[in-house]
Amino acid sequence: MSDARRIAINRDADIVAARQAGRELATEAGFKGIDLTLIATAISEVARNIVVYAKHGEIALTLLDEQNRRGLAVVARDEGPGIASVEKAMRDGFSTGGSLGLGLPGARRLMDEFEIESHLGVGTTVTMRKWVTRG
Amino acid sequence: MSVPILKQGDLLIASIQEAQTDAELLALRDRLSGQVGDARARGVIIDVSALDVMDSFATRTLRAIAYSSRLRGAHTVVVGISPEVAFAMVQLGLELGAVSTALDLDDAIAQLEEHRKSERRA
Repeated sequence: MSDARRIAINRDADIVAARQAGRELATEAGFKGIDLTLIATAISEVARNIVVYAKHGEIALTLLDEQNRRGLAVVARDEGPGIASVEKAMRDGFSTGGSLGLGLPGARRLMDEFEIESHLGVGTTVTMRKWVTRG
Repeated sequence: MSVPILKQGDLLIASIQEAQTDAELLALRDRLSGQVGDARARGVIIDVSALDVMDSFATRTLRAIAYSSRLRGAHTVVVGISPEVAFAMVQLGLELGAVSTALDLDDAIAQLEEHRKSERRA
């Protein structure tokens, strides 16, 4: 793990900054075309969750460089109220914030790996990874 | 920078120039809903080709624009969804609802023309 970039998420303009930084770093990792848009979209969703539910947090982007594969890790961290039911939050169409309820489950579909850890009153951490497919 | 909205006949054409924050998209929604009435527009075309992503918020806002314009007598067509963005929207599970789409501006204008004819017949 190297080349971490952190983007503070405090307002909606930071969502744009985070997904643009993600696209840049993903390009560096070797992602192309559709994958760049999938990654940027997933970052947009998790960054918006921070702004809407936790107000403040950060997105950390890390290039993954393993022996035989490269990729990008996106970690969205906040110390917000936490998610009462992660199971429900991962369900399509479930929202407590008046949205479409596709943010988290959608982001999971856009990436290769997706983990979420949330504790009420402590905060939420979403970790997503995507690997470059060699064609 | 706010999105320029051009008026051509009874059409409003909003041409998004760069990535939009959520607040900027909401401002576009509000300006369009005002201008549909002011211009007595029958059609609204929104060019999204400069948008870097169409995430759930952008989609929800476009849907809101289309629904509210519809209630005010105007039909909305979104143009310029790139193949990458389209694929991401499918993966996210996003649906455009009442929003019509066209590949480009010419198609959108032709579509609105057809729509108008069919409304006249009805």
